[in-house]
This record gives sequence, structure tokens and C-alpha cells, in this order.
Amino acid sequence: MAGMKQRMGDLYDWFERRLGLGEAITDAAEHPVPSKTSSWWYVFGSAAAVLFMLQIVTGILLALVYAPTAGEAWNSLQFLDHNIRLGWYLRALHGWGSDFMVAVVLIHLAQVFLFGAYKYPRELTWIVGVFLLLLTLGMAFTGQVLRFDQDAYWGLGIGVSIVSRIPWIGGALVDILLGGPILAGPTLSRFFALHVFVIPGILLALVALHLWMVLRLGINEWPMPGRLVSKKSYAAEYHKLTEKTGIPFVPDAAWKDAVFAAATILAVMACALWFGPFGPTGQPDPTIIQTAPKPDVAFLWIYAVLAYLPANLETPMMFIAPAVIILAMILLPLIFGEGEKHWSRRPMAVLMLIGVALTLGIFTRLGMYTPWSPIMDAWSKEPVPVAYLKDRTPVERAGAIVFENKQCRNCHSLGGEGGMRGPALDGIASRMTEDQMIRQVLQGGGNMPAFGNALSPAETTALVDFLETLRAGRVPAAIDASRNVAESPQPQPEKTIPPVQPER
Amino acid sequence: MEQESSKANDPNPPSELVDATQAAPGSDASGHSRRVFLFNVALFLNGIVGTVLAIPIIGYLLGPALRKRSSQNAWIDLGAASDYPEGETRLASFRDPFSVPWDGQTAEVPCWVRRIRGNDFQVFAINCAHLGCPVRWFAQSQLFMCPCHGGVYYADGSRASGPPARGLFEYAHKVVDEKLMILAGKLPTLAAKNCGGPRLTQIQPTAATEASAAIASQKPGDDSWPA
Ligand code: FES
Repeated sequence: MAGMKQRMGDLYDWFERRLGLGEAITDAAEHPVPSKTSSWWYVFGSAAAVLFMLQIVTGILLALVYAPTAGEAWNSLQFLDHNIRLGWYLRALHGWGSDFMVAVVLIHLAQVFLFGAYKYPRELTWIVGVFLLLLTLGMAFTGQVLRFDQDAYWGLGIGVSIVSRIPWIGGALVDILLGGPILAGPTLSRFFALHVFVIPGILLALVALHLWMVLRLGINEWPMPGRLVSKKSYAAEYHKLTEKTGIPFVPDAAWKDAVFAAATILAVMACALWFGPFGPTGQPDPTIIQTAPKPDVAFLWIYAVLAYLPANLETPMMFIAPAVIILAMILLPLIFGEGEKHWSRRPMAVLMLIGVALTLGIFTRLGMYTPWSPIMDAWSKEPVPVAYLKDRTPVERAGAIVFENKQCRNCHSLGGEGGMRGPALDGIASRMTEDQMIRQVLQGGGNMPAFGNALSPAETTALVDFLETLRAGRVPAAIDASRNVAESPQPQPEKTIPPVQPER
Repeated sequence: MEQESSKANDPNPPSELVDATQAAPGSDASGHSRRVFLFNVALFLNGIVGTVLAIPIIGYLLGPALRKRSSQNAWIDLGAASDYPEGETRLASFRDPFSVPWDGQTAEVPCWVRRIRGNDFQVFAINCAHLGCPVRWFAQSQLFMCPCHGGVYYADGSRASGPPARGLFEYAHKVVDEKLMILAGKLPTLAAKNCGGPRLTQIQPTAATEASAAIASQKPGDDSWPA
């Protein structure tokens, strides 16, 4: 036994003499950190790194089978799901690992921001972190493209259309992105190269840099209200702190990182087992147009924002807003590099964080149920509620048929069923007069197309008659006051009545 | 015994190596400046080689963007004109003329063919002018609707409502020997360079466009949805 131990020791020595890494690694692992940084708040960075390793391993395993050509990628995913033992599980691990990685990176960023960890001397660590976030999102997007299904195809089409709007160089960029005239074989090959070689390569290098700086500059101390960062005294203060309260990073602080990383990987495995892999949805066949493409969850908020931006703001917002946001994140530590770190003394920072989180959350939620999208088959799927047909005249019922037949239902709901693009029409008669309805139907306006070309006079009459029956409970039908005046039998002398504005 | 032999095999301890390298420049100061000069020459040489190497690489990367515009679209046969009934809009598809064998299904490009009457056609790209989603035709309401953000177009391709800033992209077309031909090949996007064919041309104003023109000419704010 002792001889065995001795021999292992010799073996270690043999390598250590040549590598000389052991000492450096031990030093780095055991470097003293302020005792208060052994906290559950400080575990997200290492969890992101562990998730990244999981992604590398599962990614390589998937690449053993995946066929990176536009013609066969989808088939190879089906093959992975159904013909390769546990292929589905590997796909699920990689897919869920990606969602977790984006989430953990965002949480890490929020925590670092909240704890003022980007301040002197860790400005560059933060800036590299910003690029790590962008690269992580880049991995998520290119990965979604590699899952070459309908959503991926049209989702990339949306991406390309956004790029095409860049002034001057948009067209050339589209060509370079597509690698050909259309979104096809060379396009997928390009995204494969990006997802598998280019972005992971840069990501690995920057992760190493990020870690190196964390080791070199030390873990951010636990912020205390009133303890201000100043470039002159910070290094000495931090040194004193680690000397006074220092504990070795491994194992005294790192055990929490290790526990959290294990829990994260366990959660990824649970999601993969329980929910399975993402897609692939339908084949990437552009001639199958019965599709409502949607991006993956990390990009749903962008999808939602694009639906809500007015047309004239769209192109500037698409490029100026991201540039401003990224620039602000890069400049943040350079401008606010000193001063208070504690969140209780930085109310604006806390408010901003809450604001950004709420905005992202709300738009992501909206992106999940896309109220702005017409429901393309609502008109042929959802019948008019029976209650709306009871005791109606034949003309009114004919109007209900017109209502269904002209696809009104794709954008307007009745009885809670149908699109949400336009207002729900239950109770419309209490809000609009007959004249207003006729005008709106024939000429459109707001967000509604004109139907004058698609409706005969008889159909219009029937439709509006039907709409006239849709009142909100006991609320009476909307009336047009000016019409009463105009039609009243005894016109009043002009002097006593001021001119009446037609009600809108 | 074992330890001794392994020690004998060991390379020099690092400290000795460091000493050796540090000693070198000091021992021959006159040669040093010459070597610095040679090193700079070598760097310069590498700069030149690198540039020469980089130019074709950049050319390779930019290749797709440097293709001649004339070679980006080609006339494609969409079948007999009589296959398209008058007054209807039908989905057609063609294989992209510049496809490669490994494109698979993605080279099948759909488009909407509207035959107004006789040889009056309009051929629209499937891609919404907003962000490229596939628009669907609804014959009953005479509208194209986009599933992504709710863009809507009239039968003649003009914008009806929603986020798109313009009408549908239209392919140039002609009827040759009773066959409908379109000029296509490149994904239509908003980048000006990409609009190979003519911009959206209205063959004849229809009631729908008149209606929308009427709306446009109304007072601003008059066309909002009454609350
Ligand atoms: S892509 Fe058609 S409305 Fe946005």
C-alpha cells in the first residue's frame, strides 16, 4: 500500500517537474478570499462555466451524428431522436443546457451589477463579461438555426430581414450571411461553422481571460453601505480585508459553487428527461407556408418588440437601441468605476435592474402568446357562439356567416375565441354606431384593412346588422347624437344651438 | 534508487534555464542591436506575407456579396399561363435557379401568382415586406395575412395594415409562348440592392387601393379605431 502511494507520488513528481502546473493551480485554488464572499450569491459565474462545459461535451456528441447540410439536417435530427439510442436525451440536454446557460449568465450579470462588482479594479472583467453575454446569445441564436426546422428557417429569415435594413451595407451583409442568393445550403454551413468553431473558440478564450482576471484581482468583497471604492486606497483595503478575514477559496468558499453547479446540472437533466428535446418542428420546406414561426425563448422579447414598434421607428430602433445598450454596458464601469457598491445606496441601479427585468419579462410573456398575430385558422375553426345567434333575424344570421367567411375572426374574437389583433367584438354595438361600423368595415383604418373590395352591399348590410346585435350586457347601443339632430323634424334656430361636432 | 535515476533523466530545473536566457543578450551587446534589426525586418516581412495571405481570404469571405447583380436573378418558367384561373390568386413554387444539390427542400421557393385577366399577372414573393415571414392568401376576404406580426396586404399586393412599411415584393414577369415566366432567384429583402425586379407596380388601381387612398387622404386621426 505504502509502495503504491510512493509510486503515485513519483509519477506526480515526474509530470510536475516537466509541467510545473501543480503549484500554480494549487496556489490559485487556495488563494485567500474575504470570508463573506463565501455566499450563495457568488455561485452563478462558476455555474455558467460548468454549463458551458456541458454544452461543449453534449455539442461534440451531437456533432457525431448531425449532418450539417440544409438538405439533411432535419432528417439527421429525426434520426437522432428516434434511431440513435439516447440521441433524444443528448439533444434535450444540449437544448436545455442552452436555456439554462443564457438564464444563469443573465442572473450572474444582474448579481454583479447589484453588488457593484464592476467597479475599480474590475472594469475590464465586466467588459469581457458583456462580450461573454453577447457570445452566449450568439450561441443560442446559431444553435436555433442548426435545429434546422420550420421555426429555424423562418426565424433566420426574420434575422436576415433585420440585417437587410441596415443602411448602405445591408444588402452586402445579407449576401455574406446567406452565402448565396437564398436561405439554403451554404447558409446552414455558415451557421454551423459559427456555432461550432468561431463563437465557441472566442468564447473559450474570453472565459479564460475572465477567469484570469477574477483570480488576479480577487473576488469582489461583500459590499458594505458606506464603504466607498476609491482608486487610491482600494488595493490596500482589499488586501487588508483578505488578510484579516481571508479563507482559502478551495474548499472554504468553493463548496457552495460546487453544490450549486451540481444542482444546476441536475436541473438540466431533469428538464431534459421530463420535457425532452426542442423540436424539430416541421421540415424546413419553404413551400409549406402553414406556419407561425417563433424564436426560442431567449429571443421572444425581441420578437415582441418588433411587433409593437411603429413602422417609422422600426429601422432606427433595430440598430440604434442595441448599439446604445451595448455601449452603455461597456461604458458603465468606466464612468461609475468608483464610489458606493452597496445596493441600498444605489437606488437608481436597483430601479434600473428591476425595470430591465420587468421589461424583458413582460415582452417575453407577450411573445409567448403573440396577441398581435392573426390566428390564421380561427375563421374556419371557431363557430360563432350559439347565444349570439339566438332569436336573430335571418339577415342577422346571414351576417354571422359573413363574419366567419370573411376571416374577421382571425383578428377579432367572439366569446373569447379568435385573434387578438383587433378588439374583441362582443359588445361592439355598445361602442360603435351603425354608421361608424359601416365606415370601419368598408374603409378600414387604425390597424384594420378596408373590406370594401371584399364585401357586396348585401353582405355589408348583413354583417353590420349582425354586429349591431352584439351589445355588452344591458349597455344600450351606441347612438350618434349628431344624427338625431340632423334628422330631428323641427330644426332649431341656429343662434340657440352651437354647431355640433360629429361624434367619433 | 528509483528516485536517483529519475533525477538523472530530468531536464534542467527552470531556474537554470532562466539564467541562461538572461545571460545571452548581455554577453554580446554588439550583436544585440543587429539581431533586433533583423527581428524587425522579419516582422515586416511577416506583415507583407500576412497581407498577401489575407487579401484572397477576405475576397473569399466577401464572395457572395461581390457577385454581379445580373447573375442574381434568372427567368424561371412557372408553367402554362392557363394553369392560373383568371381573377384568382394561387400558390406556385419553383426551384431556385442558383441552388446547389445539398440545398434540399430549401431551394423550393413559393410565390403567389395573381392572374387578373388575360395576360395581366402579378407574381408576389411569399416573404412579408416587414420581416420576411410567409404571407397567406385568403380568397374570401381578398387579403394576404402575415402570421408573424399581423401585416395585411390587399389582393394587388399593396399594404393594407400592420407593421409592413410597403407592399409585397413583386417579381418581374412575362408571358412567352403561353408560359408564365418570372425573374427570380434572390431572396427579396428591404435592402435596395436586392430588389432585382421593378418596385411594386400597380397594374391598375382596384377598389381596395382606392379605399385605402381615401383613408390616406382623410384627416389624420380620423382613421383611428373609435374607442
Ligand atoms: S413579418 Fe409579416 S408582419 Fe412582421
